[in-house]
Amino acid sequence: MRHIISLLMENEAGALSRVAGLFSARAYNIESLTVAPTEDATLSRMTIVTTGSEEIIEQITKQLNKLVDVIKVMDLTDGRHIERELMLVKVKAVGLGREEMKRTADIFRGRIIDVTDATYTIELTGTGSKLDAFLEAIDPAFIIETVRTGASGIGRGERSLKV
Amino acid sequence: MEATGAEIVVRCLAEEGVEFVFGYPGGAVLNIYDEIFKQNKFKHVLVRHEQAAVHAADAYARATGRVGVALVTSGPGVTNAVTGIATAYMDSIPIVVVTGQVPTAAIGLDAFQEVDTVGITRPCVKHNFLVKDVKDLAVTMKKAFIIASTGRPGPVVVDVPKDVTAHLAEFEYPATLEMRSYSPVAKGHSGQMKRAVQMLLEAKRPMIYTGGGVVLGDASEQLAEFTRLLGFPITNTLMGLGGFPATDRQNLGMLGMHGTYEANMAMQHCDVLLAVGARFDDRVIGNPAHFAREQRRIIHVDIDPSSISKRVRVDVPIVGDVQNVLADMLVLLKQAKEKPDAAALNAWWTQIELWRSKDCLKYNRNGAIIKPQYVVEKLWEVTGGDAFITSDVGQHQMWAAQYYKFDKPRRWINSGGLGTMGVGLPYAMGVQLAFPDAQVACITGESSIQMNIQELSTCKQYRIPVKVVMLNNRYMGMVRQWQEFFYGSRYAESYMESLPDFVKLAESYGHVGIRIDKPEDVEAALKEAFSPALKERMVFMDFQTDQTENVFPMVEGGKGLSEMILAEEL
Repeated sequence: MRHIISLLMENEAGALSRVAGLFSARAYNIESLTVAPTEDATLSRMTIVTTGSEEIIEQITKQLNKLVDVIKVMDLTDGRHIERELMLVKVKAVGLGREEMKRTADIFRGRIIDVTDATYTIELTGTGSKLDAFLEAIDPAFIIETVRTGASGIGRGERSLKV
Repeated sequence: MEATGAEIVVRCLAEEGVEFVFGYPGGAVLNIYDEIFKQNKFKHVLVRHEQAAVHAADAYARATGRVGVALVTSGPGVTNAVTGIATAYMDSIPIVVVTGQVPTAAIGLDAFQEVDTVGITRPCVKHNFLVKDVKDLAVTMKKAFIIASTGRPGPVVVDVPKDVTAHLAEFEYPATLEMRSYSPVAKGHSGQMKRAVQMLLEAKRPMIYTGGGVVLGDASEQLAEFTRLLGFPITNTLMGLGGFPATDRQNLGMLGMHGTYEANMAMQHCDVLLAVGARFDDRVIGNPAHFAREQRRIIHVDIDPSSISKRVRVDVPIVGDVQNVLADMLVLLKQAKEKPDAAALNAWWTQIELWRSKDCLKYNRNGAIIKPQYVVEKLWEVTGGDAFITSDVGQHQMWAAQYYKFDKPRRWINSGGLGTMGVGLPYAMGVQLAFPDAQVACITGESSIQMNIQELSTCKQYRIPVKVVMLNNRYMGMVRQWQEFFYGSRYAESYMESLPDFVKLAESYGHVGIRIDKPEDVEAALKEAFSPALKERMVFMDFQTDQTENVFPMVEGGKGLSEMILAEEL
């Protein structure tokens, strides 16, 4: 099962490596990991996408909680939540394909943020599967480069992760 | 008054009431050593290898319950200390290791004696710090002591660059400190505790299984009262020995890979299991799938939630300090109207006594060769069962655990989790310094002892009168045993050739060396070693033991707990 784990930790040097080290030391899967400071610069917010049986996910959350720098851990997938990922794609945009590429980007609510004679750079946000769908919708021969951030997540409604 | 970083380190240690700092100087810590030279609040013990410094600090913590402290220099000082830190981590021992680091401006430039200490120790510490600003030093030291000693204890490393030890800051040592990200649970959940007591009272075949958590949590008194009130059988893990008196009939002895027949059988066949401060590890329950074949309900008390439901499913998890939880459950038990089912319990004890009558620890006492078990039994007699026993790792460790009946906690000092050969002698040093008048024996083998034999020199310098009981079978005994059982007796590299004359070696350091070849001389040698005449001396006893003796019972790796090999079956 795929789980999205959100956590708040002290924004200190080495915080990321404590989490990354925990996952590798205990052989947990890690699909993606995003991290940045919050509105309170002393805090880092991290979103980890992982897979595993219920027992493993239980261990992952317990082990994360055990890290001295970690303040709070929440499994977003335990409740209603929103998941977003940002992707930048540089594609070939020449001839007839140029217009077609723009249309496809529009359908996926992508924005063209950089243009040259021969390329577009498209910005897309959405769930991982939406981004996958976009990449599948265009001719792979047109893709020059893709950059993805990995998922960020937040609880729906009143559900929040705060100190 | 402003103080230098070095002075701050030393004053923090004094504020913490540290008695001993085990260490070894080097470039990056010279400022700190200069401050140590100028003070008399604590004693510095100069070891001969940094690994031994950490082991000695670790043993001091195990024996006293206070935080042990080690001090090492950067680079190789740290890498040598890593084995000691990992050893303490696996057994949840509270120590603070202060490490020197190259100056902040040189970090990352591959400076002389530079190593990424925080990176290299991260997987084997409870927490670690790199102090980049002298203003953070005192607070960081306070955090280190709090983190090391509270919750599930563990080692904490404080890495201090050399320039930070020279910089000035106002010194103020905080009396207490709040950390928003760190607040260990103290009390157990009352509803869960009620359920647990109810479950115990309904049990037909109950069993209590306790580990190192009872020793570390100073909960043996509560455990003893609780266990006696219920009249249930109890077993201790290797780390939990002494948590409940070994000479008490309710104690079935150690369980696990080399546990007693009765303890392992009762563990396997009980219907309600109370686990306290133990973690169901692979050496304790063997194959978890085999263990799960029998239906039983499990209550698990532990300070660390991640220890619960890690290897076995638990029915009633109770997270909390084991002393608090046992004390609270004791109150609930006394208030309960129900009593344990006496008839069921009688039947259960009858079954257990049947298992016990196998006498699984018996061994051949006749013969001209010294049996290692006999040496441990005699040591128990000669020391009145009241010594601190440290051990190394291997067969001798298992025999020590099986045949020295520990009636008190914190008397059995060994590397249970990491299984570090070479801990025995530095462990004995740490214990003896903490308790100068106590009897301290290091049960070791000729292979393990050589991994830190240089510490004979430290023992001489500080006149540490530990008694080394070396069971010398000229083999890495446990390796040899596995090779005999599982590798067709192909003894690859497990024979100890070119051994020194240990008597002369001990004597060359100014100690007393005794070689014992015959069973009839064992008792006399031990009595001599522990006689008032040699009370102030370190005595090194080289017992020439049976080369082919094996440790029984044995649960082969990956097998079930009740699938034991017994001595009589071979």
